[in-house]
Amino acid sequence: MALATTSLKRRKSDLDDTTFQLNVLNAATLSMVEFPKFSELIERHGKPPIKPKSLEILQLNIGKMCNQACKHCHVDAGPDRKEMMDRETMMHCLNVIEKTQVQVVDITGGAPEMHPDFRWFANEIHARNTKMLVRCNLTIIVANKKYNDLPQFYADRGIHVVSSLPFYDSKNVDRQRGDGVFEESIAALKMLNAVGYGMSGTGLILDLVYNPVGALLPGPQAALEAEFKRALSKKFEIEFNALHCITNMPISRFLDFLIESGNYERYMQKLIDAFNPAAVSGVMCTNTLSVSYDGKLYDCDFNQMLELPVASKLKHISEFDESVLHNRTVVVNQHCYGCTAGAGSSCGGQIA
Amino acid sequence: MSYYNPQDLAKFGSISEFQPELAEKFFDWYGAVFAEGELSQREKSLIALAVAHAVQCPYCIDAYTTESLQLGSTEGMMMEAVHVAAAIRGGASLVHGVMMMNKTKETLM
Repeated sequence: MALATTSLKRRKSDLDDTTFQLNVLNAATLSMVEFPKFSELIERHGKPPIKPKSLEILQLNIGKMCNQACKHCHVDAGPDRKEMMDRETMMHCLNVIEKTQVQVVDITGGAPEMHPDFRWFANEIHARNTKMLVRCNLTIIVANKKYNDLPQFYADRGIHVVSSLPFYDSKNVDRQRGDGVFEESIAALKMLNAVGYGMSGTGLILDLVYNPVGALLPGPQAALEAEFKRALSKKFEIEFNALHCITNMPISRFLDFLIESGNYERYMQKLIDAFNPAAVSGVMCTNTLSVSYDGKLYDCDFNQMLELPVASKLKHISEFDESVLHNRTVVVNQHCYGCTAGAGSSCGGQIA
Repeated sequence: MSYYNPQDLAKFGSISEFQPELAEKFFDWYGAVFAEGELSQREKSLIALAVAHAVQCPYCIDAYTTESLQLGSTEGMMMEAVHVAAAIRGGASLVHGVMMMNKTKETLM
């Protein structure tokens, strides 16, 4: 498997600086076209500022290290990224899981399995009887012998596995995620199927994530899911549960792609033209809290990557107080158009 | 200058400005045609892409290239659709060769 690209950090790209990214999105640099402000557009549609509903999902980004370096990665993850959540921060997360009604702990990265404490942490969450979801990039399962037992590890703990597979052919997957990624992903999917993931009657859930391989919006989730199921079953005898369609946010490495390919303005306009007021009330920041490797709190994973912390006096998982955090207003910026375009988008797929 | 402006594609709806009733009927019908039916939306989009090449409409090629990609068609599927359009166009000329042959045979000794 080859890397599709390198991290913005490693390239010393201007976009490694989140202030620079926000300046691009707000037309304060590079002579970018100025688009209507997201906050003003939702107000024009009679929508109040976005507030959290009940906290259902605690999304923990436990590190930026990854065996892949995908061209669209919003985390700017890669083999060179060393940032990882320490045990003390993990303990704070476990305390929050214990004292709240959080329904799902969503573990992401990077490749979270590369964290040396991943299995310890997963066991601790499992011991607290909370549903757990791991965002597995698939190739990690076959990257090294020490990861080959991950499917069984997941299965033994009933972990919900969510894996990126942006298409059902090698050409499209490899151009986004790196040469050879499709072949390794298929091998990993077969290993997950072999222990029962995605198979009816096992209760082991394997969902796939589709995101467009270019400056496009995702098509209808149900139609794409049917195409994926047909193609993966026919060609590879692979089964899975559901397909989550996620829109690429115009941040980090996808923003880099948009600028470099001359698609930035067209893509932003496409997101704005497809603005769907009905999607605003279901955006994931209304039921999710995102925690970074260093314990800081964010309204969503994308705000985390833009370093836009929660608008609350509480900024760190160690200070967590649900009633105080509940009163905050969600921080929005121009990238939020990505979650409200068309059928909307969230880490769980389309929302409207 | 070109007679075609890519920005005009987004203004398609403005044809209602000169004749709203007929435009409304057209867009309602158009929407119904492309809804999921016995053919999937992706299959309909590929047919549209092929027809766009047959009628050589730049707006339609632009729109249905994007639509086909968004609905999950591969580059190979899209080019096969274009070949279908080209084969029908080529075949349509060639099959008239039979007419030419008929006329020739009835004319010559």
